[in-house]
Amino acid sequence: MNWNTLLFLVFPYVALALAVVVSVIRMRGRPFSVSAQSSQLLESRKLYFGSTAMHWGLVLILGGHLLAVLLPKGLLLWNAVPLRLYLLEITGLALALWAGVGVWILLARRLGDARVRVVSTPMDYVVLLLLLVSIVTGVITAGAYRFGSYWFPAVFTPYLWSLLTLQPRPELVADLPFWIQFHVFNFWLLLAVFPFSRLIHVVTVPLGYLWRPWQVVIWLRRQRRPRATPPGAPQPTPTPKPQPALQDKGGSYGSD
Amino acid sequence: MNVRAHMSMLFHLDKCIGCHTCSVACKNLWTDRKGTEYMWWNNVETRPGAGYPTGWEEQERFQGGWELKNGELELRLHSRARGLSRLFFNPALPTLDDYYEPYTFRYQDLFSAPEGNDQPTAVPVSMVTGEPIQIEAGPSWDDDLGGSNLYAKNDPNWEGVDPDIQAQMHEIERVVFNYLPRICNHCLNPSCVAACPSGAIYKRAEDGVVLVNENKCKAWRMCVAACPYKKVYYNWASGKSEKCILCFPRLETGQAPACAHSCVGRIRYMGVLLYDADKIYAAASAQESELVEAQREAILDPFDPAVIAAAKENGLDDDWIKAAQNSPAYKFVKLWKLALPLHPEYRTMAMMFYIPPLSPVVSTVERGLIKLDLPPERMDFELFENLGKARLPVEYLANLFAAGNVALIEPILKKMLAVRILKRRQSVYGEVDAQTLALLEAAGTSLEEAEAIYELTTLPTLEERFVIPPYHREAAAELYNDPLAHKGEVGLGYIQPPRRGE
Repeated sequence: MNWNTLLFLVFPYVALALAVVVSVIRMRGRPFSVSAQSSQLLESRKLYFGSTAMHWGLVLILGGHLLAVLLPKGLLLWNAVPLRLYLLEITGLALALWAGVGVWILLARRLGDARVRVVSTPMDYVVLLLLLVSIVTGVITAGAYRFGSYWFPAVFTPYLWSLLTLQPRPELVADLPFWIQFHVFNFWLLLAVFPFSRLIHVVTVPLGYLWRPWQVVIWLRRQRRPRATPPGAPQPTPTPKPQPALQDKGGSYGSD
Repeated sequence: MNVRAHMSMLFHLDKCIGCHTCSVACKNLWTDRKGTEYMWWNNVETRPGAGYPTGWEEQERFQGGWELKNGELELRLHSRARGLSRLFFNPALPTLDDYYEPYTFRYQDLFSAPEGNDQPTAVPVSMVTGEPIQIEAGPSWDDDLGGSNLYAKNDPNWEGVDPDIQAQMHEIERVVFNYLPRICNHCLNPSCVAACPSGAIYKRAEDGVVLVNENKCKAWRMCVAACPYKKVYYNWASGKSEKCILCFPRLETGQAPACAHSCVGRIRYMGVLLYDADKIYAAASAQESELVEAQREAILDPFDPAVIAAAKENGLDDDWIKAAQNSPAYKFVKLWKLALPLHPEYRTMAMMFYIPPLSPVVSTVERGLIKLDLPPERMDFELFENLGKARLPVEYLANLFAAGNVALIEPILKKMLAVRILKRRQSVYGEVDAQTLALLEAAGTSLEEAEAIYELTTLPTLEERFVIPPYHREAAAELYNDPLAHKGEVGLGYIQPPRRGE
């Protein structure tokens, strides 16, 4: 086994397995621990600049990466016109810098604000550092090896699909420059850390809020127990009253 | 008709002496933990005043409650999509400084200080960071500061009160204040529930208690901003929201909530109200002047055979219906119409009710002596006929309890004054004269009703104040578990301690 196999074949599978298995175990067995762990109550102003930039920047950039994985041909077609390529690259770079500034602010806030420091765990710092490394290596990659959106569909889209379809081809990333390999490895590291850190709140994004009823009402005793019949009397077969589904009654406003 | 039961608390503000026993009882029972030091699930505010957290009624800033937009009921805080877009930063969330930074004192310094010429002092330290702090605010920081420029003047409920009267209220001779104990209102149309993106907050259908499921809470903290009463709190240590649970473990074992049970002035009552869940939406979206009446309409008469039949259909036991019939909440809210919800204009349909306070006796200062304006035998009648002369402006009370609708407050004050005059006549003169009877009639009450109001206000026993039906938890347990197994599995304490992110 050489380094290439270890870092870009074995480790990714370990990271993926950890991300899925540990996340499921944690969310089922210890749901209390799953939380965004906001510290806005303790410090609000710096959080506004840091959190907004970090979250939106990363969400959009990750979305871009995901699009390149899912629609490589669409990306190449888009890039066929140079102006569109420049537009995409500049937007991506700007978003990355924005997110980087956000992470930097958050890191400074976590280290510098006494109240926030109290609620910081070592893992919180690890997560911020890994994100910072990811952004820095990504920016270096984008700057030094132009243009990422050109070669990504040829290199990483097949690499990722090869892993996901269990026909791994780690040799695709074997001869890439150091900074790109670092960027990729750091991604797998983030994935491995994901279920053990606050990053797990990513999978709890409450999209259901868009269509759930406003009010949530819960009955403890869903159904009245049938009255006890005297012993010896013929037992009537209980006909349970059909219970409406939780979301049925009350229309779109209440849940019961 | 969709009949449900609600455990409702009633606060007789005329009897509140502002002793904070309720707050301390609650604190010792529920919020004496790390991360909850700043929380007061029960607090007592001095009114006029800015309250806790400071200025909680300023909804332009804190964005709590509901509002009508084009006739539709919508959260003031956000639409669904906007709510999701603000997960990363919620601009309406109060920070710790809007409450106060909790502190303690380094008492050990008193013993360990080196010998010197000065008396050793205990340094205040923050309970968040442990560092020494300069105390700028604390629990009930504005206690009893009725006429203060800093607190009383910033009360948002002065809106609509004559500026001259306002100016007078800040003169030391005219200062007047009353106390306002507040807990979670366990609303019929709770905005905290509606604002929670995770759906972690819910209302129990059996008794109306609104609870946070801490396993589902993901710290999106929309509830804190959305609650117009600021009665959902964010535990900074555990990263979860917490709120008043109406002491449901006590209710389920037949005891009144700790705040009510410990009340020294016996101002609190607890009872069942039956309500029609189908009427909630219409009542919450009524015109502002009709909100209180619509809520009274949604509360049902527990003696009505149709209501009883519908209640049984919905699974309510006979003893719950009986408790609803004996409920002091039903009498004060629906029968006598003496109790009002706090700030009905928030449209959450608060289910804790307040009997507004009567004003102190009107007086003036002449040559350094406090002197009553009127001969004592005329005084009651004078105030009865001119409520505008009350020391606590009626408009102010109306802003607190009736969305600014003075016409709702006046009959209540008149009825309470009529009862007071009646009892004074009876005890001082030993008889009820025609003038008093006419006054009762003018107040829209009768001799029997006035006597009943007096009895329940002044002489109730513990069982009359707290009418708590049996919860039949054993039946609920049997539904999902073998009772004998259940017995061995329940108890107090954590299986795992609630630590941040663990």
